[in-house]
Amino acid sequence: MKIKKKPNIIKSLVYVSAGVTISVAVLIIGYILVSGVPHIITELIKMFSGQESLFSAEYNSDNVSLVPATINTVIITFFSITVASVFGVMTSIYLVEYANPKNKLVLVIKVTSETLSGIPSIIYGLFGSIFFVVFLGLGMSVLSGILTVSIMILPLIIRATEEALIAVPVSLREASFGLGAGKLRTIFKIVLPSATNGILAGIILGVGRIVGETAALLYTAGTSPNIGTDLASTGRTLSVHMYMLSSEGLYIDQAYATSAILLILVLGLNIFSTYIAKKIMNR
Amino acid sequence: MKFEINNANLYYGDFHALKDINMNITEREITSFIGPSGCGKSTLIKCLNRMNDLVPTCKVSGDFLLDGVDIYKNIDANILRKKVGMVFQKPNPFPMSVYDNIAYGPKTHGVKSKVGLDEIVEKSLRDAAIWDETKDRLKKSALSLSGGQQQRICIARALAVSPDVLLMDEPTSALDPISTSKIEELVLELKKKYTIVIVTHNMQQAVRISDKTAFFLHGEVVEYNTTNELFSFPKQQKCEDYITGRFG
Repeated sequence: MKIKKKPNIIKSLVYVSAGVTISVAVLIIGYILVSGVPHIITELIKMFSGQESLFSAEYNSDNVSLVPATINTVIITFFSITVASVFGVMTSIYLVEYANPKNKLVLVIKVTSETLSGIPSIIYGLFGSIFFVVFLGLGMSVLSGILTVSIMILPLIIRATEEALIAVPVSLREASFGLGAGKLRTIFKIVLPSATNGILAGIILGVGRIVGETAALLYTAGTSPNIGTDLASTGRTLSVHMYMLSSEGLYIDQAYATSAILLILVLGLNIFSTYIAKKIMNR
Repeated sequence: MKFEINNANLYYGDFHALKDINMNITEREITSFIGPSGCGKSTLIKCLNRMNDLVPTCKVSGDFLLDGVDIYKNIDANILRKKVGMVFQKPNPFPMSVYDNIAYGPKTHGVKSKVGLDEIVEKSLRDAAIWDETKDRLKKSALSLSGGQQQRICIARALAVSPDVLLMDEPTSALDPISTSKIEELVLELKKKYTIVIVTHNMQQAVRISDKTAFFLHGEVVEYNTTNELFSFPKQQKCEDYITGRFG
C-alpha cells in the first residue's frame, strides 16, 4: 500500500492548486461584479429616466460618463492590435521560415523581444512620452498611445506566432513543396492558416493587455475624458478612466461600475474572439 | 529511361549518405528501394524531386537526368516537383476540405476556372480510387477520413498536378493491412500511366508490386535487378542475407 500513497498526495495537491486558482478568480470577478453591478443599475435607471448618467454621450464632472472612454478603448485597441499583428506576424514568419537559426540577427531579435516582454509598462509609457510625444512631436494623443501600446504588445504577438508556426508539422510544408508550390505560397496558404489558432491566442492576450493598460497610456494618450477620434487629440481608455475616478476619490461608485463594465467587456472580447477562431478553423 | 542517375554522391554535413550511385529508372514501371533503416533509400528518392534542397547541410553531386535534362542544373525546383510528385510516409493532407486539398496543386500552377478545377478534382479522386468514398463529402475536412483514405487523398493530390513520375516514401508503413492492399492495387493501376518509385520496408510489398528492386546498404546500391531475379537469385551475399531475414 505504500506505493499507492505518493500518487494520492500529488493528486490532492493538484486538486488543491486547481481549487485555489479557481476560487481566487471567482473571488475577484465576484467582488467586482457585486460592488459594480448595483451602481451600473442605478446609473442605468438614471439614464432611462432622462437624467445625466455614467452612460451619457458626453463627459462632465457631474456624470463622469464612461462613453467617450469606451470609444477610445475601442479605437486604441483596434489600431494597436492591427499595427502589432501585422509587424508581429511578419517578424515571426521571418524568424521561423526564412532566417537561419544561427544568424546573429535572429538571436538579437529573440533576446530583444524576450527582454521587451518583461519590461514594466510604465517604462513603455516613459519611452512613448519621450519618443512619440516629444521627439516625434505627436504630442499627448491617441496616436502616441496607439504606437506605444503597439510596441508593448509586439513581443507577445511575436512569441505566440513563433510558437504557432513552429507547431505546424513539417510534413505539411513538405506536402506543399512536393506539389511544386513556392515558399511564399506555402507560408500564406498552408502554414499561416494552420497556425491561426495560436496566432489568435496571442492576439487575444494582446487585446487583454491593451484594454487593461494604464501606465503606458497615462503619459502618451493622456487622460482627457473626451473622444479622440481624430487620433491627434488626447483621450483616456476605460482603464485610465477607472484609475482617474478612483484616484480623484470622489467617484468610487462609478469606478466600481466602470471596472465591472471593463471586466464584462474583456470577457465578451474573449468569447467573441474564440467564436471567430472557431469560425476560421471550420471554414 | 525516365531517370538516369550517374555517380551520385550526397553529404549531410560530413556524413556521406549516398556513395557513387548509378541507376536507371524505366518509364511506366514500378521500381522499389529496399534496405535497412538509414541505408539511404529515402535520401535517394528525395533527390529525385529535390526535396533535399530543404535540408540546409545537404550537398549533392553527380548527374540526375529526367528525360535527359539535368534536374539540379537545368530545371526550376518547383517545375520539377510538378513533374515528379511525391507521397509521404505518413498521410499528410492539408487541414482543409477534400476538394481544397486536391485543388491546391492545380491552383498553384495557374488553373483558375471553377469548371476546370472541378474536373481535375473528380478525375484525380477517381484515379486514386477514392471518388466513390468522397464524392458526397468533398466539402468535409480531409482530416475526418480514415488513415488509408487520407493516404489515397494524398495520392490524388499528387496526381492532380499531372506528374510523370510518382515517388512514394513508404506510403503504407502507417496503414493497416486492408488499407495497404488497397494502396498496392492502386499503385499497380497507376503504373499504366506513371513511372513509380517506391521506398518500402516491407519486402513482400516489393515482391508483390515492383518490376525492379534496388537493395541499399550503408549508402550504396548493393544490388539492382528485376524484382524476380533479385529475390530468387540474389547475387550479393549481403542482399541474400537481408531478403532471407538474417539482418535488417
